Parts: sequence; structure tokens; C-alpha cells
Amino acid sequence: MSTLHTVNKSPFEKTSLDACLSHASAGANVLLMEDGVYAATKGTAVEQRVKQALDSVKLYVLGPDLMARGLSEDRVIDGISVVDYAGFVDLAAENDKVQAWL
Amino acid sequence: MKFAIQINEGPYQHQASDSAYFFTKAALEKGHEVFRVFFYHDGVNNASRLTTPPQDDRNIVARWAELAEQHDLDMVVCVAAAQRRGMVDEGEMQRNGKDATNIHPRFRISGLGQLVEAAIQSDRLVVFGD
Repeated sequence: MSTLHTVNKSPFEKTSLDACLSHASAGANVLLMEDGVYAATKGTAVEQRVKQALDSVKLYVLGPDLMARGLSEDRVIDGISVVDYAGFVDLAAENDKVQAWL
Repeated sequence: MKFAIQINEGPYQHQASDSAYFFTKAALEKGHEVFRVFFYHDGVNNASRLTTPPQDDRNIVARWAELAEQHDLDMVVCVAAAQRRGMVDEGEMQRNGKDATNIHPRFRISGLGQLVEAAIQSDRLVVFGD
């Protein structure tokens, strides 16, 4: 029983990432997409929170949304996997359900 | 695997419709089935055939329609959300005494029951919105 959580808000604008990470069970998968990709970058105020979450959940970031915001993959925090839309589909299929934190 | 897609936001205002389009396209390319794409709330505006974006911009409505044509997708617009926002088909035009329609022929207007059915019939419901 695993869930794919999708977070599409910047952590500097909304609290949905924090709510998601506080709620997600150990072993859950979290995909950062749209403005949510900002949370995946190094050197931000939420970096420690995100790194701490990596101890219990697996984090992914949508590559095309990083690129659309001028963020290169080398700025992504170690341990977060970059996926494309095909990878997003695979994650949705591999998990039992998909929960969007809108 | 069978997917259902829900879109809650309109085109050119929010990335939801773009994200949903690329997800749906990728799922179909992987050989998955997309049972239904349901347009809810401001998402109903994705169905206007009168949309005319600049030529160097993506045509979100036409893009959905082409994908639907290629894969025989069932694209459903919520009737209550459509009525509020002036998304009209032939039936709605007559029922509500309007003088025009604006829905693209690849989309159809129906009720929320279609979303519930899609959620039940599909393995996964993936929601895109604000």
C-alpha cells in the first residue's frame, strides 16, 4: 500500500509541501511538479526539511518543469530523482493511488 | 492500466491543463488506457472551440482535440460548471434559450456522475489543478 503524493506549489508561497511531508507515511513517494520543483533545489530555506524527509519518503522532481523554470538538474538536492512525464506515469502506475496536494 | 484524468483549471492561466496533457500523452504512449478526461470547475474552459491563441503559442484546446482524435478519448465537461461559465453545446443552447454554442466537437457535456464512474472504472484517478 503505497501512495504517490504530487505537490505543485512552491514551498515559499504555500504550505502544501510541509503538509504533505507531515502526512506521508514512511515509504511513500512524493513528486514535486509545476512550482513545487523549487523545493527540490539546493541552498534554499526548505533544504533541510526536504533532506530530512528523504529519510522516510522517496522524492522525485519533474524534469520538464525544472527546465521550464531555468533550473538545471545539477541544482537538485542529492537523493531526489529527476523524472520525465513517462516516469510520472510509471510512478502513478506503481503506487496504489495518487494524491494531489492541490 | 486504466487512468482517469481530472482537470480543474482553465487554459493559459494555470499549468494544470498542460501538465495533464503531457501526462495523458505519456500514458497513452506507454500503452496505458485513458478511460476519461474530466474537465471540472474552470477546467471547462479547455473545451472552447473559439479559442484563438497567437500562432507562436501552443493551442491547448486543439492539442487536446487532436489527442482525443488519435486515441478516441472520452473528454467530458461538467455540466454545472459549464453552465456557470457559458460553455454551451447544442442541447444546452436549446434547453437554456441561448443563441450560440462554443464547445469543441471532441468534447461533450455531461454530469458529475461521469467523474464518479471514471474514478470507479479506472485503476488510478490523477487530478490536476491549483
